[in-house]
Amino acid sequence: MSVAMNEGSAPGAAAVRDETPLRRFISDFCESKIAIAGVLGVLLIAIIAIFAPWLSPTNPYDLATVDIMDSRLSPGKQMMSGVTAFLGTDGMGRDMLSAMFYGLRISLGVGVASGFVALCIGVCVGLAAAYFGGRVDMLIMRVVDLQLSFPAILIALILLATLGKGVDKIVIALIVVQWAYFARTVRATAMVERHKEYIEAATCLALSHRRIVFRHLLPNCLPPLIVVGTVQVASAIALEATLSFLGIGLPVTEPSLGLLISNGFEYMLSGKYWISIYPGLALLFTIVSINLVGDRLRDVLNPRLQR
Amino acid sequence: MSVFIIRRLLQSIVVIWVMSLLVFGGVYLIGDPIDMLINPEADQEDIEAAIRALGLDKPIHEQYWYFLANALKGDLGKSFIFSEPALQLILARAPATMELAIVASLMSIMLGIPLGMWAGLKPNSIAGKSIMTGSILGFSLPSFWVGILFIMLFAVMLGVLPAGGRGPTTEFLGLQVSFLSAKGLSHILLPAVNLALFKLSLVIRLSRAGTQEVIHQDYIKFARAKGLSERRIILVHVLKNILIPVVTVIGLEFGSVIAFAVVTETVFAWPGMGKLIIESIDQLDRPVIVAYLMIIVFMFIVINLLVDILYSILDPRVRLQDIRA
Repeated sequence: MSVAMNEGSAPGAAAVRDETPLRRFISDFCESKIAIAGVLGVLLIAIIAIFAPWLSPTNPYDLATVDIMDSRLSPGKQMMSGVTAFLGTDGMGRDMLSAMFYGLRISLGVGVASGFVALCIGVCVGLAAAYFGGRVDMLIMRVVDLQLSFPAILIALILLATLGKGVDKIVIALIVVQWAYFARTVRATAMVERHKEYIEAATCLALSHRRIVFRHLLPNCLPPLIVVGTVQVASAIALEATLSFLGIGLPVTEPSLGLLISNGFEYMLSGKYWISIYPGLALLFTIVSINLVGDRLRDVLNPRLQR
Repeated sequence: MSVFIIRRLLQSIVVIWVMSLLVFGGVYLIGDPIDMLINPEADQEDIEAAIRALGLDKPIHEQYWYFLANALKGDLGKSFIFSEPALQLILARAPATMELAIVASLMSIMLGIPLGMWAGLKPNSIAGKSIMTGSILGFSLPSFWVGILFIMLFAVMLGVLPAGGRGPTTEFLGLQVSFLSAKGLSHILLPAVNLALFKLSLVIRLSRAGTQEVIHQDYIKFARAKGLSERRIILVHVLKNILIPVVTVIGLEFGSVIAFAVVTETVFAWPGMGKLIIESIDQLDRPVIVAYLMIIVFMFIVINLLVDILYSILDPRVRLQDIRA
């Protein structure tokens, strides 16, 4: 009997082994061409951000090579050093393309770093709210609701107005703005998972709270977190660019894309569009690519849409 | 009902109190209040006089009491730059911001509802699809960059609209407004559209979803069976039913329009509260910063309170839930 069953299920088992969850996820994800374009976009941005010093034609922050005679060259002109500035130069004579590569590095770095820390804080707080329930839950969710009733830009403005400028300050502001989204997401999922039988089983085994929360509860809350995390990185980059444009974000020594756009804004009225427009396009490309990936992840990871 | 309002009111007071603690903590404990609140260009005697006037020589709990008492009297300090009370300075700029925010909100409703209904009625047409794609763009484009593009296109390249500023104002109900003269309108058009874009996308999505839900309801079928014209069905029966959620959301979002006006005002040099706070941060005019923060948080709490109360009137389930909780 058992032998017969094993033989009967063998081909099926092989097929199941062939289609691992990861592989199914990847094939689902790739069904959308626009999502693949998004992934390629994100890869391109990541490569540029990581290898900016080796990819850019010049080092825009090396004062020895930057020449003020090169300032505000239109796209395609040759600089004093003989390098062609494909996207023109800015007011200080820096090659725009190189400045954008470096700027992308700062923008992406700030966005990813703040998103990651906010995710860690939000997950811990959200899981605590869901797992312990009662007063802890009520207190935490009051704070989360209160914070989410204010727009992100206002909270960032309040923090930066009292803290001042700086890379560390803007990362702190972005973390404070974002953690509540993660906390709310992870709490909502964990509330559903908490009442399932595997958690009950783990509790009956007298496992420690920490083990149950992080080894059993957390892995099952991951899918929505991945989606929110992706979208939050994009919105953190956009918010940082906005704040830097307003002049309350990053200091001049750390020119992110937003700061480059802001620098170019003053030349806009005299028709020197490239100083502002190209960094803007780079920012747009970054945000749209990440959002495309996030949208597709939402569709693929949504259990209600699963076939 | 009254139980609900009292509860919400108490909550709001607690939030304002916490906020005052935070601002006090930020200014008096983390920073140096002598540095923050007294003009750095004052001489030694003035500084000492100001320290006594602000009560900075007292223990910390008495200082907090001074701060609270002054704030309640409406005294939030004097601007270093303008030598005017900070509160007055901000309130003088408030009408410009309000006008911009109201025009932008109206614009997003007037344009968003028809566009959203169109997209909902004809979801597979080219127009319907492009409206939805446009609304996605409205969500993901950073608004300051769109503002820059507007300036480049309409002010620099085409030269048809002014690049910034408020232009001439006309007196209306005792306030200075721009929308009554043609010149003023040309000044407010670009900033208002820029500020409206995000909300416009939101309204389009809401009214599209609403239309698609309403159109399959029995009363629409009944209206068709009665032989009403398609125009009347859409303009009366569908429109009325999608209006409620859309107007509620726009009311809820009004606060965030005011907050986002900071960006638009900076791009278009619109002389409102938002531009003032950015300039004050730039010039380290701290009394104005502190006053702005207190005012904007207070405003938000009032808006949130009003919306919650209105909501509980419109939807009884909300207040029942809260009373039980």
